[in-house]
Amino acid sequence: MSPIVSVEHLGKSFGGLRAVHNVSFNVEPGEVLGIIGPNGAGKTTLFNCMAGMFPPSTGTVHYQSENVTSWSDAKLARAGMVRTFQLMRPFGSMTVLENVAVAAAARGAKERDAMAQAWEILQRVGLDHYATRTSKDLPTAGLKRLELARAMALHPKVLLLDEVLAGLVPTERQPVIDLLLSIRDNGVTLLFVEHVMQAVMALSDHVLVLNHGETLAYGTPSEVVANPEVIEAYLGDEVTNVDSQ
Amino acid sequence: MSETLIQTVPSPLHKKKFFDGNMVALVIIVAAVVPLPLLLESGQESVAIRILIFAMLGLSWNIMSGFGGMFSFGHAAYFGLGAYSSSILLVNFGISPWIGMIVGMAVAAVYGVIVGWLCFRYKLKGTYFALATFAFAEMLRIIVQSSQAVNAAVGYNVPLIKGSSWWLMQFPAGSPNYFWLGLILLTGCLLATIMFARSKTGQFAVAIREDEEAASSIGIPVLRYKLKVIAISASIGAVAGVFYTQFYLFIDPELAFGAYRSIEAILIPVVGGVGTIWGPLVGSVLLAPLNDITAAILRNPPPFLDFLQGQSGLDVMLYAVLIILVILFLPKGIFGSIKDKVTRK
Repeated sequence: MSPIVSVEHLGKSFGGLRAVHNVSFNVEPGEVLGIIGPNGAGKTTLFNCMAGMFPPSTGTVHYQSENVTSWSDAKLARAGMVRTFQLMRPFGSMTVLENVAVAAAARGAKERDAMAQAWEILQRVGLDHYATRTSKDLPTAGLKRLELARAMALHPKVLLLDEVLAGLVPTERQPVIDLLLSIRDNGVTLLFVEHVMQAVMALSDHVLVLNHGETLAYGTPSEVVANPEVIEAYLGDEVTNVDSQ
Repeated sequence: MSETLIQTVPSPLHKKKFFDGNMVALVIIVAAVVPLPLLLESGQESVAIRILIFAMLGLSWNIMSGFGGMFSFGHAAYFGLGAYSSSILLVNFGISPWIGMIVGMAVAAVYGVIVGWLCFRYKLKGTYFALATFAFAEMLRIIVQSSQAVNAAVGYNVPLIKGSSWWLMQFPAGSPNYFWLGLILLTGCLLATIMFARSKTGQFAVAIREDEEAASSIGIPVLRYKLKVIAISASIGAVAGVFYTQFYLFIDPELAFGAYRSIEAILIPVVGGVGTIWGPLVGSVLLAPLNDITAAILRNPPPFLDFLQGQSGLDVMLYAVLIILVILFLPKGIFGSIKDKVTRK
């Protein structure tokens, strides 16, 4: 099976700052890839380049065997590769339902279908009872779900999730992890940047570790947490805590 | 989930009615004001017509800057292009202002798209975008003012005809038809705004206004929709310009493209309610009569305002006071603040 996403020698520099350098990996359809690394490792920059937010300085991104390196984020999103943001970015004056419906409409759904699809998605992510509220009134956990709901309205084949668990207290995390698992079970390929190792271990088929913009390690979760370089650069004794959880 | 919560959620599967609250309000307002020119004196009717022109201009600004979030300081350009397109076609070729209006709308839309594209191409946003729109409008004013091909600073007098003609948009002074013509055009502009607000383009415009990057990340082609919104806004501004010329039977570069016109376009929705359908109408009802009220006061001031006799500029001072009061106490404008309070209850 050919990979659904293929990143080859990707690099991004801002002036003299090399944020990402020579990163390569493949993601198979339906796979879940966790991306971890210390702050400033280049994880979000990698996502931004992959999602078309800005062009990489070097390297290529292929999606469904097509070179999409120069595609805009909007074009990629309509094609099914969708990203979410670490800081939630709802359309504040719109209702929760409208936030999701506008994404469905962007995919090409007619107004009535867009509303119906948005409603179904809100039920699935557990936000249906907030449907008529303005999105700026949602609590953090609700906003995270809204980000996911909006992305799901685009019928993604690949989801790039940037710290979807950040800002959530431990009791709020598990329902979101369960939601991500159900999205994966529907055949959506997930790439997610995350600091919560519990989620990385529970969700990932493979883990990519970045450090100083470069690939430090790549492998299954158990291989990565056992890697001494990863422990030294990022995990420290956290891996022990994860194992004991 | 509780029964109550389930009940608060609307069924998204019901078809949205064409005659929603805004459409009903439009029908009621139009029906209520149709007999107005038969009840007003001639001077009062011209104030009422100015309200209609102000409302169209305000609606135009509101679509681009209120719904679309692209702050325009150069709406005089759209107004002026409409006014000049129809005047040139009527005076030089005898073409009906209705055709002139369509041409003016197209010219203004194309101009708006070109200026918008240039601004976005060079990533101008916020204040810089506003300044660019102002600069382009001023550029048009200067070009027209110094170009003999369009009568330079002299402008155009609309040739008078005998009797009435709807085709030429001209009626005897004091005719109620002017008001009804303006009302038809304003109704069209309001209808366009209502349809815009509920359309995909309107929803995308609001999403882009709220967060351009997030809008792009969900697949909205941001540039295309921004330009589309500018084109719609510019077209409505041109309609205001055409009707203005046909009512006052005169246009010159300052009246058409002057900065004062752009400021009016901003003040109307700011006072009434930016980003709302009815805000510009409320703003125009308040602001349009100011000129006449202040002129009357200055002509014949009450004893305690004797010192104002023969002075000018009172309307500008009142504009300033009004805008300060609105920003301080009703930052969402009069209609916007009322709407906010009602929806929060």
